[in-house]
Amino acid sequence: MVMPQTERAFTPDTVDDAVTVKRITKSYGAVEALKNMTLSFPRGELTSLLGPSGCGKTTLLKIIAGLLEPTSGEVLVNGRAVTGPGPDRAFVFQDFALLPWASVMRNVAFGLELRGVAQSEREAIAEKYIAHVGLKGFERAYPHELSGGMRQRVGLARALSVDADVLLMDEPFSAVDEQTRRKFQEDLLNLVKTENKTFIFVTHSIEEAVYVSDQIAILLPRPSRVSQIIRPQGFRDKDVDNIRRDPEYLDIVDDIWSSLRSYVE
Amino acid sequence: MSVMRDGAEGRSPWQDLVGSHRPLLLKLLSGVLVFGAWEIAGRIPVSYAFPTFIESMSALLRMTLDGTLFAAYAETLKPLVVGVAISAVLGIALGLWIGLSKTFDWLFSPIFVVMQAAPLAALIPLLVMAYGIGLTSKVFVVCIMAMPVIVLNTAGAVRNTPANLKEMGRAFLATDRDVILKIVLPAASPVIFSGLRLGISAGFIGAILAELKITPTGVGDIITFSRSVADYASMYAAIFSIILLAVLFLNLLERIETGLFGGNVRGYASD
Repeated sequence: MVMPQTERAFTPDTVDDAVTVKRITKSYGAVEALKNMTLSFPRGELTSLLGPSGCGKTTLLKIIAGLLEPTSGEVLVNGRAVTGPGPDRAFVFQDFALLPWASVMRNVAFGLELRGVAQSEREAIAEKYIAHVGLKGFERAYPHELSGGMRQRVGLARALSVDADVLLMDEPFSAVDEQTRRKFQEDLLNLVKTENKTFIFVTHSIEEAVYVSDQIAILLPRPSRVSQIIRPQGFRDKDVDNIRRDPEYLDIVDDIWSSLRSYVE
Repeated sequence: MSVMRDGAEGRSPWQDLVGSHRPLLLKLLSGVLVFGAWEIAGRIPVSYAFPTFIESMSALLRMTLDGTLFAAYAETLKPLVVGVAISAVLGIALGLWIGLSKTFDWLFSPIFVVMQAAPLAALIPLLVMAYGIGLTSKVFVVCIMAMPVIVLNTAGAVRNTPANLKEMGRAFLATDRDVILKIVLPAASPVIFSGLRLGISAGFIGAILAELKITPTGVGDIITFSRSVADYASMYAAIFSIILLAVLFLNLLERIETGLFGGNVRGYASD
């Protein structure tokens, strides 16, 4: 059977990869969370890390972010080795991680505040991104006054406002309701088109991964490894409304499910 | 600005009035209940040594007008202010340190646990032997009362800073100093402030205790002297005034907290 998508060879150091992960191993004592993993993330595209729970996808994302140190191997961002968090990467958290005592404005500007950007300047930038994610008028509100979806928009605006090349998103839509999630997915597609950033997106939802990704890396657990890389071809340029009924979309979703099925308890 | 609040349509003017002044009305109501009970208990009387509310208040007014009260507070506030200031600054600093470092937790926590449990009145003679009957001993009493709860609350709150916020800080390039000042301390602030409230109330108790047990000065002197001449109205007036001062001070503290960390105040569950 010939699948419509092509498979990319695992060759690091491709010229136009924003992020390259080389032979990463991460162990916690005797437990190996990641083993000898190699993967590249093309610039300007959205790559999903998809897999059953326990496959190490969040661990890999945090290693790329510089929040966790790999036991061995290295991560290259724009050709430079990662030794810790850097200005070239921004993170969107699953649980939003907003400061409850700070207004939306201060939360969005927080990344810039930590970089020492002057208050008037960072608030001007933050204001722009607050409007960009659709929260205009909520600048003075506190996180507890917002709904879950609005809180994640704040988290997204914070990550966008530091203007990093690479956006790392750790199951960003898993804590919001289904309808909000669909809206987020459509907005994310527009962001990928307009922002010219590299997105690395962790998710456990097959449909979500296929819907938003230029490239999907299927991770399998025990030992954690990249089992397959899928690049949807036909529907990426289609209108957001037509993706979910595209035959290729449906085929890929089915295909991924059949390969993951045996790993789900 | 309040977002997502229900509109006020369909409510009677009376409901609006009650709604907007509810905290004040509740405070007044609780005042009337307590003072009313006091007045009744004084009139029965429950004890010969228990004056009515009105007698006590007129004694308070008399002492305020003739300046006795101000002279007394000039004396009492010295150990109180010094002791509370030392306890707050040193207590929060030590608590922060204990909360951040396991070694310091191991080293210092037991001291404050013991201090909190120690029967202070029994220790006062020791303090007097060591530091005499002057200001130093009284400041010590205030500190011993106020510091442990401030230190232990701060340490506990700092230890329990949400890990996701610290991780967020690091992801957005916070230095260790940024993490402490912009994440750990504000996150711990509600518990630190509740420790401050408890500590400062305890400091007030300590200040009066010092004046009753070491040398009778200030408000402690009014209490001791009035009791010895059976002027119970003045005695209760002095006690009432110190409680009033403590309440006013705690209210001020709450305002400071709200001003600093507005979003931490999320109203009541019933609102």
